[in-house]
This record gives sequence, structure tokens and C-alpha cells, in this order.
Amino acid sequence: MDAAVVVAQVAGAGGAEKFINALSSGLALGAIYAILALGFVIIFKATQVVNFAHGALAAVGAYFTVYFATVLNVPGRFLEFLPYTAQWVLSAALAVLATAVVGMIVERITIRPMIGEPLFAVAMITLGLDLILRTVTNDFMGNQARGLNDPWGADILEIGLLRVAKTQIVTMIVAVVAMLLLAWFFRSRMGIAMRATAFDQEAAMAQGISVGKVFAVAWAIGAALAAIGGIFSSMAPRASAGLTPFTALIVFRAFPAVIVGGLDSVTGAIVGGLLIGMAEVFAGTYLATVSWLGVGFSGIVPWLFMMLILLVKPYGLFGTEEIRRV
Amino acid sequence: MRGRPNLFTDYESEMALFPTTTKRVAVALLLIFALLVPLGAIPGLSFLQESSWLVLINRALVFAIAALGLNLLTGVAGQVSLGHSFFMAVGAYTAVLLGGAPGKTVWGLELPIWIWLPAAGIAAAIIGIIVAPTAVRVRGLYLAFVTLGLVFIGLHLWRNFGKVAGGPTTGRPWPPLEFALWKGDPIISFANDGPWFGVQLTSDAKTYFFLLVAVILFTLVAKNLMRTRIGRAWAAIRDRDIAAEIMGVNEVRGKTQAFAISSFYAGIAGALFAVILGRLIPETWDLLLAVEFIAIILIGGAGTIAGTLLGTFFVVLIPRIVEDITFFFADQVANQGPLAWLGDLFIRKSPDDILGFVSTGAAGPGLSIFQLNVALFGVLIIVFLIAEPLGLYGIWIRVRNYWKGWPFTY
Repeated sequence: MDAAVVVAQVAGAGGAEKFINALSSGLALGAIYAILALGFVIIFKATQVVNFAHGALAAVGAYFTVYFATVLNVPGRFLEFLPYTAQWVLSAALAVLATAVVGMIVERITIRPMIGEPLFAVAMITLGLDLILRTVTNDFMGNQARGLNDPWGADILEIGLLRVAKTQIVTMIVAVVAMLLLAWFFRSRMGIAMRATAFDQEAAMAQGISVGKVFAVAWAIGAALAAIGGIFSSMAPRASAGLTPFTALIVFRAFPAVIVGGLDSVTGAIVGGLLIGMAEVFAGTYLATVSWLGVGFSGIVPWLFMMLILLVKPYGLFGTEEIRRV
Repeated sequence: MRGRPNLFTDYESEMALFPTTTKRVAVALLLIFALLVPLGAIPGLSFLQESSWLVLINRALVFAIAALGLNLLTGVAGQVSLGHSFFMAVGAYTAVLLGGAPGKTVWGLELPIWIWLPAAGIAAAIIGIIVAPTAVRVRGLYLAFVTLGLVFIGLHLWRNFGKVAGGPTTGRPWPPLEFALWKGDPIISFANDGPWFGVQLTSDAKTYFFLLVAVILFTLVAKNLMRTRIGRAWAAIRDRDIAAEIMGVNEVRGKTQAFAISSFYAGIAGALFAVILGRLIPETWDLLLAVEFIAIILIGGAGTIAGTLLGTFFVVLIPRIVEDITFFFADQVANQGPLAWLGDLFIRKSPDDILGFVSTGAAGPGLSIFQLNVALFGVLIIVFLIAEPLGLYGIWIRVRNYWKGWPFTY
């Protein structure tokens, strides 16, 4: 449904123009997947938890944005002298913060008691969380599409042959900024503590690192990144109608990005995200007219791509190979 | 050695299907109970005879077959699968392709049940065998993502192959549950009301007996698989695959067998599920269905047969109980009954009701009963995993052990 919009944007063009526009759309979509995958990988690296609720957290983030920007108008109502763009960005930032808090609460209640349990059991807990968060968000949303009222709308920028939506440019800028911030974070004191925890929890504790705090921070960052991804996934040109109950399911397509890159690799998340985004858009552009593939084929390209990569590299492109011992 | 229930003098008797007299008696009583359910002959529980309950119980029986399959794969062999609904769909569509009526827009061969039902299982098993090598190469949670991908790829296929699956919003009718030697009048029909051996039975009751026999059969097969060579090999692979290989267990063969047999169960269950519902849209086979089976084996107790059966009935019947309770309280609130204050806490009466979050209207604001049930699954999965990892089976064991030693603690 959303892929159709991306395709429509590129369709009707020929040759080089088609290719360049598919490339830019692919990069923008890839940037969204990369942001979502990054959040997932940070949670996995620090806490060894495979977070199936990531899509639900993304939907929560997008919903908070809808609520803050269009219903409550905070903090815009106190800062009316600012231009609308700044007001909206502040609302979105507040939503991201709120989602981070949700992430921390979720971690404290459901993940912390499971420390030391098998990975499978904790992963299944997040599957339960996914059901709860999605249902509760849908309850507040009332099962209808809700626009985010973002200041860019469906505006398109034309640079020569290239026609690119303004939201896509913003997506790419935010993705780059997020990656730089994370690179800085991993060099900071907390980041080093997180890397130590990822390496060996007991050894980290022996060094005086509060593993509980690391867990909380990891979930906060992961949830914040999920929220950013969720916000961009419910904007034009990805979703012209805004946030819908399907948003959380669309975000599921970021999972192949994580797996392609390798569950525990930050570089892998970025590369995987870009690869999957490109694969999806290129399939939508060039295979849309191949009738035997069926309608909406581009939607399953990420999954097919993931399976292919896994058969060649079972731990993803950049994932650490597990050393198997008896 | 009489009168000493837990004293076994040889391996054979310890590994017997029903090792103690208590178990034998309990199973016999359970069977009698099961036979009496559709006749309404059980005092206090005769409401189970009603169509609305019997349909639900039939659904639970079908789910039990699928859950037993997933339990063999995930609980016994330790291969996490989120793709169980995909294998069920393969079975269902094989059944309708072979047994369904052909039309202008759909294919169908109208073959009898003794062809399409086994074929449904075998087709799913073949797909399982094709998927199995992935499980050898891709381990643990990576495998969960591969099977998750299967669900989405499957959904794409069913939506687009209208010749097999019918329209994306309308689906197509499945063949009725009736036994014929070849095309023509059925010898035994489970799909219409009528007398059997002089007892007047509804079609639901007949379907119930058919499914009951199927569940008993599949349970016996699963139980026997678990206590013989194949099951022991699976358990070894689950506990530590590399150690299993060193002991001489063939990992590739074990995982392939697990996927094939589990998918066979799923295929049969998928076909029966579609048949008892009569008509399905492709969206039925989504992730939620797969998660429901994960919930069943986690809530029931992974790796145990009794737990799987308990979990199935719990998960399938809970929505109905929640529905009844919700409507009871909605009624109390509407008529100002004695329990209205309790209902006030969660029934939504108006759009700006702060406390209420459950709405009984079909599309009104607030959680519908369906959504409430979905959220409840989530809560149950989390609560059971945190509080009782062995599930309902673990609770039962604790209760049993308490009474075994009563009034002593040990």
C-alpha cells in the first residue's frame, strides 16, 4: 500500500531519471530502516534481547507525535512565536522522549526479571509486549488513519532530473545525525560501559558498572530510535494517510534489515537498512509490471533478500559468528 | 511391587504410555467425559452441548492438532518457529485444491476426503522438508526470523493466487466434512444433522466426534514419538546440538524430521480448520495466528503433551469467557445491577469516559472484545514466562505434588 506511493512517484519516468529517483527513494527508505535497525541492534547488543516489540514502539512514537503535534499542540502552544516547523520538531522531539520513557518502563517491568533466562523466553516476552502495545495504541488511535501534520507534507524538491520529497531529505539528515550521535555515544563513559556489558555482564559488574542502568539506557535509546523510525514511516511519501494500525506491521520490514546486517553489528544495521530499502524500492520500480509476481511484490522483497543472505552468511553480513562449544 | 506407585523395576514399565493406575483411571474418565460432552449428559456442564460452545470446542480440537505439531518442533526439538500459520495455510489450500468444487475463478478437483486430508498433511510436510536445511544452517533466533518471513511471503502468495485461494476479500468455500469412496453420495457425513446409532446428533456434534478421534490419534503419535529414538534425538538437539552430534545423533536428519512431522500436523490442522469454518480469507493465516500457537505452548508448558492440550483449551476458550464476563458487566452497568460498580471500572459508557477501556459496541471507541483478547494473550505470555516458565503444566505438577505429600511438606 505504501510501496505503491513510492512507485507512483517514480513511475512514468524513463531511463536515467527512473534510476536516479529510485536510488534516492531507496536511500530514504533505507535510512528509515537503518534508524529502526540501529535501535534494535543497540537493545540486542547491550541486553541480548531480541525485541519483537520494536514495531509497536515505533507506532507508539508516531502516535505520541500525532497527539502532541495535532491534539495537544505542546510545546507549540507555549511557544507561539516560533515558526510552525520548529514547533512541530519540538513536538516530535517530545514524542521521542516520551517513547524512550515507555521503553524504560517496559524494560523495568518485563525484561529485568528475566535476566539470566534463556534468550528464547525473553524474545517471546517481547512478542507478548508487541501485542499489548499495539492493541493499546490502536485503542487510543481509534482504528483510523491519523495525519502527523508535519510541516513538509507532500512537497517535492526538483534538482535537475532528481525529484525528491522534502520528508525524504529530512529523513536522511536525521539518520546521519543519529548515527554521528551514536558514534559519539559509544565513545562516552556510558557508551563504554554499555560495550563492556555487551561483552560480559559479570565482568562489567565487577568493574563497578551498573548493569541495570546500562539496560535502562539501552532500552531508552532503542525506543527513541524506534520512535524516530515510526514517525518517518507514517509520513508522505511512505504513508500518505499518516499513522494507521498497519504502521507497526510495516515496521516489521526493518527486521530483515537487522538480520541482513547481523543482529549485533551497528555497521551492519546501517548497511542492512540501506540494502533492504534499495532492494524494496528497486523491486517496486522495475518489477511492478511483472504480473506473475503479483500485486505488492516489493513488500516481500526484504524477506526474500534476508533469506538469500542468511543461506550464504548465517549470521548476517557483519554479525559475530557464534563459536559453538559443547 | 504392588501399591508402590513410583517404583519401576524395568525401563519398559517406566516408559509405558500410562505408567500408573491413577493415570489409567484419569485418562479413562477423561475419555468418558469427552464422549458425553456433545450429548449434554454431564450435570452442570450441559451448556457445552449448545452450538456456540461446541463450535468453539471443535476449534480447540483442531488447534490442539496444530499445537501438538508446534510443540514437537519448538518444545521438543527446540527449533523456534513463528511460521506455523504458513504451514497450516499450505495444508488448507492443498485440501481445497484437491477437494474443493471448481468454479469460474477457482480450481478444484472434488476428490474425496481420504485423498485431500492426507495430501494436506503431506504437502505441508514437503514444504517443511524444503525449509529444514535452513534450520541447520541458521540457528536460534535467526531461524525465528526466517520463519517469520515465511508468514509474510505466504500471505503474499495467498493474496495473489486467486485460482487457489479465492478472492482476497471473499475467499472460497472448502469441501464439507464427509466421507465418500469416490465422487457421489457420501457414506458418512459429518456435515448434516441426523441420527447415529439411534441418537439424534447435530452436525457440530458429529464434527466433534470426528475431531476427537483425530486428536486422540495425533496425541498418541506425538507421545510415542517423544518416547522413542526420534524424540530422544530431538531432545538432545534441543539441549545442545553440538553435543548431540558428538553422541552420534544426526543433526540434519533430526531437524528435517522435526520440521516434516510438525508441518504434517500443521497441514492437517490447517485443512480441518478451514473445513469447519467453511470459508476463509487469505488474511486468516497471519502472524497473529502463529503467535497464538506460540502462546498455546508457552502457556501450556513447552515440551509436554498434557500442557499443550491444556494450553490449547485455555487459549481458545478464554476469549469466550472474557466475552461472557464483559457482556455480563455491560448488562449490570446498563441495568444498574448489584455489580455495576465493578463494571464501571472497565466498561466504556461514553466517548469521554476516563476509566472505561472496554467497549461492547462493534466499532465504537475503546478496546473491542477482540482487541482485549489480543492484549490479554500478550499479558498471559508475559506473566507465565516470568512467573511459571513450565506453564499450566507446571502449576498442575505443583498442585499434584502438594497433595501427594499432604499434610507433610515433603
